[in-house]
Amino acid sequence: MTEMAFGTVPVRAGEPVLPKWWRTIDKWALGSILILFGLGMLLGLAASVPLAERNGLEPFYYVKRQAVFGALSLGVMLAISMLDPRQIRRLGVAGFALAFVAVMLLPVLGTDFGKGAVRWYSFGVASIQPSEFLKPGFVIISAWFMAAADEVGGPPGRLYSFLLAVIIVVALALQPDFGQASLVLFAWSVMYFVAGAPIALLSAIGALTVAGGFFAYNFSEHFARRINGFLSTDVDPRTQIGYATNAIQEGGFFGVGVGQGSVKWSLPDAHTDFIIAVAAEEYGLILVLCIIALYATVVIRSLLRLMRERDPFTRLAGAGLACAFGVQAIINMGVAVRLLPAKGMTLPFVSYGGSSVIASGIAVGMLLALTRTRPQGQISDILARRGR
Amino acid sequence: MRTPLRPLPRILDARAKGENPDAIERENRRLRGEATRDKSRQRAEGRLLVMSVLFLAAFLTVGLRMGSFAAARPEEPQTDASSQQIYSQRADIVDRKGRVLATNLLTHALYAQPPMMIDPTGTADKLVKIFPDLDRDRLIKDFTGARKFVWIKKRISPEQLQAVHDIGDPGLLFGPREMRLYPNGHLASHILGGARYGTEGVNSAEILGVAGIEREYDKWLRDPANGGKSLKLSLDLTVQSALEDVLSGGMKLMNAKGATAVLMKARTGEIVAMASLPDFDPNDRPAPLLKGDPSDSPLFNRAVQGVYELGSTFKIFAVSQAMQMGLVTPETMIDTKGPLRWGKFRIHDFHDYGKQLSVTDVIVHSSNIGTARIVQKIGPEKQREFLGKLGLLEPAPVELIEAPTGRPILPQNWSELSAMTIGYGHGLSDSPLQLAAAYATIANDGKRVLPTLIAKGGPREPVKQEFGAAEGAQVVSPEVAHKALAMMRAVVTRGTASYGDVPGYQVAGKTGTADKPDPQGGYYNDKVISTFAGVFPVTDPQYVLVLTLDEPTDTSGNEPRRTAGWTAVPVAAETIRRVAPLLGLRPEPTTPDTLDGIRLVKKD
Repeated sequence: MTEMAFGTVPVRAGEPVLPKWWRTIDKWALGSILILFGLGMLLGLAASVPLAERNGLEPFYYVKRQAVFGALSLGVMLAISMLDPRQIRRLGVAGFALAFVAVMLLPVLGTDFGKGAVRWYSFGVASIQPSEFLKPGFVIISAWFMAAADEVGGPPGRLYSFLLAVIIVVALALQPDFGQASLVLFAWSVMYFVAGAPIALLSAIGALTVAGGFFAYNFSEHFARRINGFLSTDVDPRTQIGYATNAIQEGGFFGVGVGQGSVKWSLPDAHTDFIIAVAAEEYGLILVLCIIALYATVVIRSLLRLMRERDPFTRLAGAGLACAFGVQAIINMGVAVRLLPAKGMTLPFVSYGGSSVIASGIAVGMLLALTRTRPQGQISDILARRGR
Repeated sequence: MRTPLRPLPRILDARAKGENPDAIERENRRLRGEATRDKSRQRAEGRLLVMSVLFLAAFLTVGLRMGSFAAARPEEPQTDASSQQIYSQRADIVDRKGRVLATNLLTHALYAQPPMMIDPTGTADKLVKIFPDLDRDRLIKDFTGARKFVWIKKRISPEQLQAVHDIGDPGLLFGPREMRLYPNGHLASHILGGARYGTEGVNSAEILGVAGIEREYDKWLRDPANGGKSLKLSLDLTVQSALEDVLSGGMKLMNAKGATAVLMKARTGEIVAMASLPDFDPNDRPAPLLKGDPSDSPLFNRAVQGVYELGSTFKIFAVSQAMQMGLVTPETMIDTKGPLRWGKFRIHDFHDYGKQLSVTDVIVHSSNIGTARIVQKIGPEKQREFLGKLGLLEPAPVELIEAPTGRPILPQNWSELSAMTIGYGHGLSDSPLQLAAAYATIANDGKRVLPTLIAKGGPREPVKQEFGAAEGAQVVSPEVAHKALAMMRAVVTRGTASYGDVPGYQVAGKTGTADKPDPQGGYYNDKVISTFAGVFPVTDPQYVLVLTLDEPTDTSGNEPRRTAGWTAVPVAAETIRRVAPLLGLRPEPTTPDTLDGIRLVKKD
């Protein structure tokens, strides 16, 4: 009767949010991210002091600032990681629409801070680089399209996502921001690969790339000089790369000591693009290897967990986010050790940068949400196979 | 095979049972979707594994690379070679024995980046103290204006570098570059020419040849394909030095306004020494004359660019040709009664030599009338053809950028009268170098010799001439050549060039004294070009020397003497005396009976 009078007692359909989250989240990846963030703060103590000094601020101004943004970013990350894939998809699509409009409006409303590329919106105290937020949104929406294409009678989602990728790459290249453009292209390629790109097409693209590179090398003097400069064993010591190389060598295995490094004073981008050089100089190879191991843990654990994922959207979106995250770290560190040609790219969570760290928080939060353990119906799989 | 979504038998069956056939289609659709998802999941599983492995490999690579960097000892960083876009290496130029004639020296250029300057005014003040030729106001204007880059000095010395460094302004910067250095100063200046900067960058500057062999071989000297190999010239630095020494002394002694000499290997045409006075220092090339006669500039190379009527030195060509054609022998008597009238033109001799002279004596005494009579027998066309074969009708093909400008001046109409005057060296202007090559042809048993400045085996270009015979072609027979040499030897032993008989070196040669043409028309009475063209030693001709003095006057006697025998010949004799030992020629012993009181002990 009570029930008839007051309605049913609300019964929780599943277990409570927090315990479920704790049970299903990838704790190794989460731990790695938190440690990376901590290391970023530690390195910021060393690397951002010269910047503060140059700008006439108190020495640890940027560290404090980064701590505030970092806390915000971690909060966002944890909140997002509690969502389920469906919510992630909605959030991603909405975020994508917002960021896409913002990127498209950049030429009108954006500012270049005197750096020659219009990438930022200035809001007085802080500035926002919308392309950082566009990336995770793009991964989500592309994954959605591609997953839809798998349905019987679904839309040609791969084509849609490809067109979207082309539009974004062109818009970014026009800023110009080739770094972000290549990341978007890379993320799309990874998703397309995982979604089942035909091997013939992949080989054709590979062959075309090799042929194009060969052609460009032989017929474009500019390109050839860039490549030769990159391949040559000597490096001009007055370039950023030269300083970075020297810093890594100076650091050796155990570093020159906390705060003893000198490279941060000569490199204008020591706190962002070349923070790994600061790490190598002051803390040595040990810390660098730790950082690499942490990134590898996040990326590879996520990919391995996604292998068991049944839902195509979750699988694709997770793969795209993990690879974009990983490749950004690899490019940043690869540049410092001259494995890759110079390209401005931040080291996620470690480099200084407000919108960079928040965008990374959103992306990794989505990744953590997508890699959570879910019932995958392994038993029904087996049954189904037996039935066929 | 495609399975239909609506399998007909089952639909019919369902209809018969009264079921909804759409349910079958929906079930089929679901099964198919599950199958594709299953397939794509399995494929994705593999591909995700591939991605994981790739990422692992990438992270490992970065880590290993970091490790190898950390393990490497930090060494002095080397500048990236590929970033130097201006290729500044320029090959050295050396003489035939490898002694340096032109090389490169590291120096610095001084430039400023005004935006980086701390104290523009103070810096300008200090700079003016170091370089008094700089304009203070101009510097301040440059330093405080909108310019971001200002060249201050293109070449500064190490002391100046240190002084500027001590100013300590970060806006003052040094650009390393090489400069072209000619360590021997004036020596062989006309041959080397000079160099200047081409494209200039901050890190290096291009050096370009402006004249002489530097310009002619500019491409070769800058060609990285030669691998820094130096350009070896046929010159001999010590001989060049001795030649210039004697020539400048002789020029002063004979009050000449200019002088030139060419010393050439008779068999190969290799120029061992070549000088033109006045000369200049290629380290500091004077500016070319903008008006007036370019031949008044020290930059003018008289040996190559200067074309002169070279006078009686041409007589031997007429006589050689006549002997070659079988018209005369050395003993043939020629009518020398003067003056020789041709229309209203009269040809005189310096002295009256009587009614007749043998061909040898026509040469020995340098009879204009006798030569003119011999040329009459040859005829203008044949003479023109013969002189052409000797290379006297076109510029000497030597490896200097200026060589084509030494274009001979030919008569407008090669008439019989022109032929006769050309026979004794008037009416046709040639460069001393052309004359030397023609004499070398006679000395080389009548086989054509082409002049060259490049040592044997060097990067010499093949020469193609319009009239000139090919290198090594027989222009006169060896017998005729030997007879001509014998006549020239007689010129030295008992003729006009008696001062040229250097003991032991058996000099043969021919003098030439030509009145200088007056630009207003006609010839000057008191201005001559006096020339000695010689071969030594005559028994085995090794070297040809042509020495020319411009407007010499020997004032040692009672009246001024200008003939070559008194001016060019003594200077040439002194030259041979100086250079022959340097050339490694062994003097023939003089006959002992001319020495009083000394008896030579002979073994046999």
